[in-house]
Amino acid sequence: MATSTDTATTDTRGSESDRKPPGKPTAPWLKTLRTYTGVAIIVIWGLGPFYWMGVTAFRDLQFTFDTTPWPTHVTWDNFETVFSTARGNHFGRALVNSVIISGLTTIVSMVVGVFTAYALARLEFRGKFIILGFVLAASMFPGVALITPLFELFTNIGWFGTYQALVIPDISFALPLTIYVLTAFFRDMPWELEEAAKIDGASPGQAFRLVILPLAAPGIFTAAILAFITAWNEFTIASQLSSDETQPVTVAIASFAGAQPHVEPYTAVMAAGFVVTVPLIVMVLAFQRRIVAGLTAGGVKG
Amino acid sequence: MPLKRTVGAISTVLLISSVAACGGDDAGGGAENSAFEENLDSRGPITYVQGKDNSGVAQPLVDKWNAEHPDEQVTLKEQTDEADQQHDDLVRNFDAQNEDYDVVSVDVIWTAEFAAKGYLQPLEGDLAINTDGLLAPTVEQGAYGGKQYTSPYASDGGMLYYRTDLVKEPPTTWDEMMEMCSIAKKENIGCYAGQFQKYEGMTVNASEAINGAGGSIVGEDGKTPTVDSPEAAEGLGNLVEAYENGNIPKEAITYTEEEGRIKFEEGKLLFLRNWPYVYGLAATEASSKVKGKFDVAPLPGTDGVGASALGGHNVGISAYSDNKATAIDFVNFILEEEQQRFLLTKGSLAPALESLYTDEALVKEFPYLPVLLESIQNAVPRPISPFYPAVTKAIQDNAYAAMKGETDVETALSDMSDAIGSASSSQ
Amino acid sequence: MSTETTDAIASTEETPPAEPERASIDPHQTRRAWLLIAPTLVTLAVVIGYPVVRAIWMSFQSDETIDPQTGLFVEGGFAGLENYAHWILQQCGGQACPPGTNAASFWDTVFITLGFTVVTVAIELVLGFWFAIIMNGTFRGRGLVRAAVLIPWAIPTAVTAKLWYFIFAFDGIANSLMGTSIVWFSDKWAARAAIVISDVWKTTPFMALLILAGLQLIGQDVHEAAKVDGASAWQRFWHITLPLVKPAVVVALLFRTLDVLRIFDLPYIMTGGGAGDGNDTTTLSILVVNEIRSGFNSAAALSTLTFLLIFAVAFVFIKVLGADLSQDVKER
Repeated sequence: MATSTDTATTDTRGSESDRKPPGKPTAPWLKTLRTYTGVAIIVIWGLGPFYWMGVTAFRDLQFTFDTTPWPTHVTWDNFETVFSTARGNHFGRALVNSVIISGLTTIVSMVVGVFTAYALARLEFRGKFIILGFVLAASMFPGVALITPLFELFTNIGWFGTYQALVIPDISFALPLTIYVLTAFFRDMPWELEEAAKIDGASPGQAFRLVILPLAAPGIFTAAILAFITAWNEFTIASQLSSDETQPVTVAIASFAGAQPHVEPYTAVMAAGFVVTVPLIVMVLAFQRRIVAGLTAGGVKG
Repeated sequence: MPLKRTVGAISTVLLISSVAACGGDDAGGGAENSAFEENLDSRGPITYVQGKDNSGVAQPLVDKWNAEHPDEQVTLKEQTDEADQQHDDLVRNFDAQNEDYDVVSVDVIWTAEFAAKGYLQPLEGDLAINTDGLLAPTVEQGAYGGKQYTSPYASDGGMLYYRTDLVKEPPTTWDEMMEMCSIAKKENIGCYAGQFQKYEGMTVNASEAINGAGGSIVGEDGKTPTVDSPEAAEGLGNLVEAYENGNIPKEAITYTEEEGRIKFEEGKLLFLRNWPYVYGLAATEASSKVKGKFDVAPLPGTDGVGASALGGHNVGISAYSDNKATAIDFVNFILEEEQQRFLLTKGSLAPALESLYTDEALVKEFPYLPVLLESIQNAVPRPISPFYPAVTKAIQDNAYAAMKGETDVETALSDMSDAIGSASSSQ
Repeated sequence: MSTETTDAIASTEETPPAEPERASIDPHQTRRAWLLIAPTLVTLAVVIGYPVVRAIWMSFQSDETIDPQTGLFVEGGFAGLENYAHWILQQCGGQACPPGTNAASFWDTVFITLGFTVVTVAIELVLGFWFAIIMNGTFRGRGLVRAAVLIPWAIPTAVTAKLWYFIFAFDGIANSLMGTSIVWFSDKWAARAAIVISDVWKTTPFMALLILAGLQLIGQDVHEAAKVDGASAWQRFWHITLPLVKPAVVVALLFRTLDVLRIFDLPYIMTGGGAGDGNDTTTLSILVVNEIRSGFNSAAALSTLTFLLIFAVAFVFIKVLGADLSQDVKER
């Protein structure tokens, strides 16, 4: 882990796009300028529309269509609307549900995904291509066409509205990417170490757990973030299979109701989007080094 | 398409190949549903299912009933706020023969589909509704194939909002309104808007234009297309021409109810076709610039009052309900004057009961009631077809293409007619 | 951990590399592999496999029709390939489907969906690469920038779609900032552009993240060596950077392609599939949703066709770009 983050801090590969012939290095200030211009563009890209979301979230509903680019008609009302239970919205509970569902999805996908990726990357057996194909094929069917069969299935076994009815589909949506990322990652692992541990008397399980897993942690972390966000954003299935008690935030936001038919509480939707996004930003901020280091840890070998 | 309930779902999963075998023996779509004969006299707790209780009226209604009927408690189940999702949720639960869905709120355009699928208990015999004093169109809208399947809950009709400070008398015909557009031009504001985005609103507005010119979409039987007619061409042509010459602003092609309302409240529209909910908001919202400067009139037709589409919601009883006697009592309870009055005063929902529209106290509070009554009385329902999703697509797509100038009015109507025909014959 | 690792490395260096296992397939290994893979296969079989098999089965059944006597729905019976002909040949009851039916826009929808995919993924790739290269550099506040770039990806799609719907509204901030008065969701190209912009905004971070991870594999020394050899920046990018990040890029590209081919929320919420002649932003998933309400079996046929189309694209992708992870690790 440490190794890979270190490589990131070495130097400016950002400015490698200089097209001058070798021997005539670009002036450092120009390099810096170019880097910071790029940085500025990226920040505006990421934050611009998000800023607008924030401005709208703090704006009075009656001024929804106000296009003043800075905050006007500032109010906390929308956030009160979001968390108010008066109109049958239970945003707070939905937030907790989302954490439960996404958390469970992430944990299970990681365990299951690590097993599979290990087998695919490390073990020799026939049918690998078929399995990878099958896993990929799971990402090829229109998600909207899955709702009805799953509804019938889960209703028949009495799972409708339960957490497992939401977590299991989420797992299957997260698994293909998880497996592909982890397999690509595991292929570059220093497997000699595992062999060495076995020779030293470790069982295959121990060798994997004690030697490989710690090395793989960053890769798993990247895959976990991917899985978490996939589950956090899932809406289609949840909108039809969750009950009032288990519905996640995406569904709660979609069912925000205005005070009248036709009136859409757009500002409250933005406020809710804001509330939902902030924890993820904090999380990403806290772990960004690891997220990025994730796929690179394979570099340990080289 | 319910899987046969006896087939254990888990075994279905483990033996995927067996799925093919059990798809075939399904209950038969619902033709003669044996459930129609069951639980007719049973009483007990029931569930009432509806979309999001926006205006907070459903729960008080249920509470009131529960206070009076301790042994026949009603539980309110709210669905999402999205009509399409409400529809799909109902279909899935009916298909699963869920006995927890007893009384369900049904958008007026779903009645035929649900009835034809055998989901809804016919409201006849002991389960008949009390139609005394109800507005006839609202009751007719709940019937399919000569049987009553749903009961009105709240109605809705389109009205013409206009600026009293710019126009002395509201236009009574479409042509009059178009002439008044010169006023809008002078004021540098848009003249007329409705709901022209390609969604259900487009169907409503196109139907109103066609019906208002004396045309019709489908015949008496509810499925034979009759829309390829000179009258329909005149009606749709009115919209097309107005959009082309700018009387309908070009951005109005993206309008739903809300965009139009906000434009009107900003004072940037002379005329607006919309539902009653706009009245209260335009009169009270802080951001409204037209407070005290607007009023409503019936929609203008070619000669005289036009033909609004009917909106609103009905309620029906699930064929799979365990307690149908309680269910019908609850349905009739909703139709009582006290409840209908409550829905209007607390939720601004248009009553199904005619007498309330002339109630002095109510008219004082809701000045639009007489106009709305006229609108509903002259209303023409949208086609009552079990293939409504295909029918409405046929109308929206072709009306939208005509307004955009992508096709001419005649072609659009003949395509619309063909598409409605092919919808009803199911491919 | 680090001490353990170094010890282990030391010991590997002393032992000869464990080659023999690779040569022949060991039955024990095969059994262990299948045991490890079983949970994945079961989950995917339940959630994806079962609905797919069911959809394929149903696609050979007719939709219910109305009995003219009773006005009630009756079973449609076996349909053979009728549902497929309905879409592919655009036949409605023996004649060409008139405008205003779902089938009439089938082929347009196929090309619109493919168009969205090519354009969106291409832009994302280029932008993602550029973002990754910049983020790979050293500058103050790099952590914050990396977090900022991930924000679009972290916002739920349904909220993103609403956000852009209002940004591109006629009275929205986009027109107001640019001083234009474009009716975004009316003109077909403007509407398509709006959808592409929103999707690119949302998912470029995903691409950038994976490419950045790949870039960090490349040691600075490799570049320096190439520079000394007189390689231009472009040559270095083409011959050094690109091959090294390729595995990461290919996985990202593949999954993005599959996602855009099934895109639903963004266009559905922003335009409802409308604009242009009324169906000019309809994607295959939107068409499936529209059709489900009209006839589940013909919708099943459409889902199956969509599946086949995506399968074909993925197959070509893997063959051409070599995203096949089942092959042995290539020498670096």
